[in-house]
Amino acid sequence: MADHSPDAGDVQSVGNGLFWLGKAVVGLITLGLLYIAWLVYVTGQPLFGMCLLITALGFFMAYGFRRYYYARFIFPGAAAVLLFIAFPVIYTIYLGFTNYSSFNLLTFERAQNVLLSSRIVDEDTKRPFAVVRDADSYRIYFPDDSGGFLSDPVVLDGSEANLSADPVSDEPANQLDRREAVQLRTGLQAVSVTLPDGAILRSAGLREFANVTDEYTLLDNDQLRNNLTGAILTADHSQGFYVSDTGETVPPGWRVNIGFANFERIFTSAGIRAPMVEIFIWTIVFAVSSVVATFGLGLLLATILQWEHMRFRALYRILLILPYAVPGFISILVFRGLFNQNFGEINLILDALFGIRPAWFTDATLARTMILIVNVWLGYPYMMLLAMGFLQSVPQEQKKAAILEGAGPFRVFFTITLPQILPPFLPLLLSSFAFNFNNIVLILLLTGGGPDIPRTIIPAGETDILGSFTYRMSFQDSGQQFGLAGAITLIIFLIVTCIAYANFVAMRKAVNKGGNI
Amino acid sequence: MIVEDRKSLRIKKILAHAFLLLFIAIIMFPFLMIVSISFREGNFSIGSLIPENPTLEHWFLALGLEYVRPDGRVIAPPYPVLLWMVNSIKIALFAAAGALAIATISAYALSRIRFRGRVAFLDSLFIIQMFPTTLALVALYAIFDTMGDISTTIGIDSHLSLVIVYLSGVTLHIWTIKGYFDSIDPAMDKAAAIDGATPWQTFRYIFLPLAVPIMAVVFVLVFIGVINDYPIASILLRSEENLTLATGSRLYLNEFEYLWGDFAAAAILSGVPITIVFLIAQRYLVLGLSEGSVKG
Repeated sequence: MADHSPDAGDVQSVGNGLFWLGKAVVGLITLGLLYIAWLVYVTGQPLFGMCLLITALGFFMAYGFRRYYYARFIFPGAAAVLLFIAFPVIYTIYLGFTNYSSFNLLTFERAQNVLLSSRIVDEDTKRPFAVVRDADSYRIYFPDDSGGFLSDPVVLDGSEANLSADPVSDEPANQLDRREAVQLRTGLQAVSVTLPDGAILRSAGLREFANVTDEYTLLDNDQLRNNLTGAILTADHSQGFYVSDTGETVPPGWRVNIGFANFERIFTSAGIRAPMVEIFIWTIVFAVSSVVATFGLGLLLATILQWEHMRFRALYRILLILPYAVPGFISILVFRGLFNQNFGEINLILDALFGIRPAWFTDATLARTMILIVNVWLGYPYMMLLAMGFLQSVPQEQKKAAILEGAGPFRVFFTITLPQILPPFLPLLLSSFAFNFNNIVLILLLTGGGPDIPRTIIPAGETDILGSFTYRMSFQDSGQQFGLAGAITLIIFLIVTCIAYANFVAMRKAVNKGGNI
Repeated sequence: MIVEDRKSLRIKKILAHAFLLLFIAIIMFPFLMIVSISFREGNFSIGSLIPENPTLEHWFLALGLEYVRPDGRVIAPPYPVLLWMVNSIKIALFAAAGALAIATISAYALSRIRFRGRVAFLDSLFIIQMFPTTLALVALYAIFDTMGDISTTIGIDSHLSLVIVYLSGVTLHIWTIKGYFDSIDPAMDKAAAIDGATPWQTFRYIFLPLAVPIMAVVFVLVFIGVINDYPIASILLRSEENLTLATGSRLYLNEFEYLWGDFAAAAILSGVPITIVFLIAQRYLVLGLSEGSVKG
């Protein structure tokens, strides 16, 4: 876009044309982005709309002015990271301070509209109806013992109309069949018909008209009157519900800021705090033991594979990294089947050999053991590959010197090799910890968090880690508790930030030492 | 080594091979099992590890074909595995191409153009890259849920939404490609600048052709990463015909309909191509992983 060099002077006119074309394209795209930002703002995501607005302005600055030429290269990456990583993380945490959930899903305007569009149908006044074709328009016919009533003609194009109906003695011809009448339902919903006795009928379903009244009348923006009972509902913006005089809340609610209420729930409600603590401890245990076990096993295998007397090293290497090469979701599901209590092949073998059938999915300790086994299986090849790279950088002379001095292989490994590979390995180990800390794919696909922890308010499982816990809270069985999930996300965020910072420092150190790989 | 005793060396070798062979046997167990299960009759284990009456039923179903059992019963495929595969590949190709374009351009600027805030930008990329998508799921769902009110093509249950989200996962790849660009001789771009090339032209005609190998690696990395993604796809995709392999495969093993045998065939069918791509790419992958993260 607009990538013309200043010295294209000999083709001035063509250059000029391209120049203005480029400017026009930049302008159009900017306007398009601004329009989308506006639409998003109006549909109830003002914050994301703001982000899009910033993106639009950034786009205009970068591609519209030569001054910011260099920003053109960075802009796409920066915009993608801003819109779909940085903003969503911050927004999720922001939601932790709101009551966003399946009960408080809408904006205030929409929740109000839902209430205002709710109607009461007077069952006694229900009358079946038929639609009669009359040239280019239609009439609505209400059959009766004495013939019925036929309305004035109406176009049924969706515009509001008040019709009056007159008694007729015979059933009119040209009645539409049910299927055709159903197709006109949008038009039918917009009309009301006044019968000679003064009753006003509106569409009340696909087959009948009846006396339909709005359930609520809007008094002022924050008050509604129930037309049936006369009760007054007042909007309570601190909890996001319309509340009656007696204190009852009327769904649907809307999203409001509730400050630290979610955090209070986490730290004070026993039904949440107890499982939270348990899940937190298990998350740490799971992440630490996964890293230690995969690192140890990977390093051991790498050391054996690096041994120059070994034959078939290339073949072993390929076979050993297979678990890493197979897509993770497939391996995890395979293990889910193999470990199955009744139909799984692992229990089949254990039964044949030892006569036991461990309950891998219903016993907490066994489920956690299974998760660790599977995770080591999945994770050791990565560590092995990395270790093989780092091991090559350890100078052979030092090892030989140590052996000449009479050191055994273990002594050599722990005093020469390990101290040299550990510093460059540290950032990768920290990354691995951060990865496992949030390894929700493994948990969700293998156990789904289960077995459940007893006596909790929200579903929490013995094998849930913090990430899978919030995932299940938001998107599974317990009713989209986005607010609470956001609050827990803040806790995860703080921990990940600490790890990320430590990793950053470790990496800088490794670089300054002139990390020899 | 230097003064190694021949006999003890031999024993050590035998021990090492024995250990590796035993280990590999354990590691391979799930793979061998799943092959055997895919040829076994029915969806439940029947007490033996090797199929007694091998059948191709699960393979027919995995390939989307109806299978006629000897007793005349016709079994229809339970899930559209091939469709899921096409979905996965389609999404992954678009995401990989887009992410590659973004990452290459950014990496070039970060490697060659000394603009203000460059180091800060690089550092923040490194830190952001550590934050898992888990943290953003709720917001991503909320954002695309409202975007769906504007147009369903960028709402929930749309492949385009998924591709857009995957494009943002470029941070690590920017680092990888930048590391590669850093190793290109600066004399090259000086020469280009003297001949009057703009930074864009230097990028287009000097760096891009040189970067083809690393770009291939990053492409494969993003491709595999997208195919393997479960969390984002699981919240953004809804209807069965829109699912990807990772989100669809899960349906086989639910408590109400346990299709173990059908899953086995489908898993092999979809897993083998991805595994082969990965094995070809893995040498470069490790190179990128260690270099991209350590070279500053």
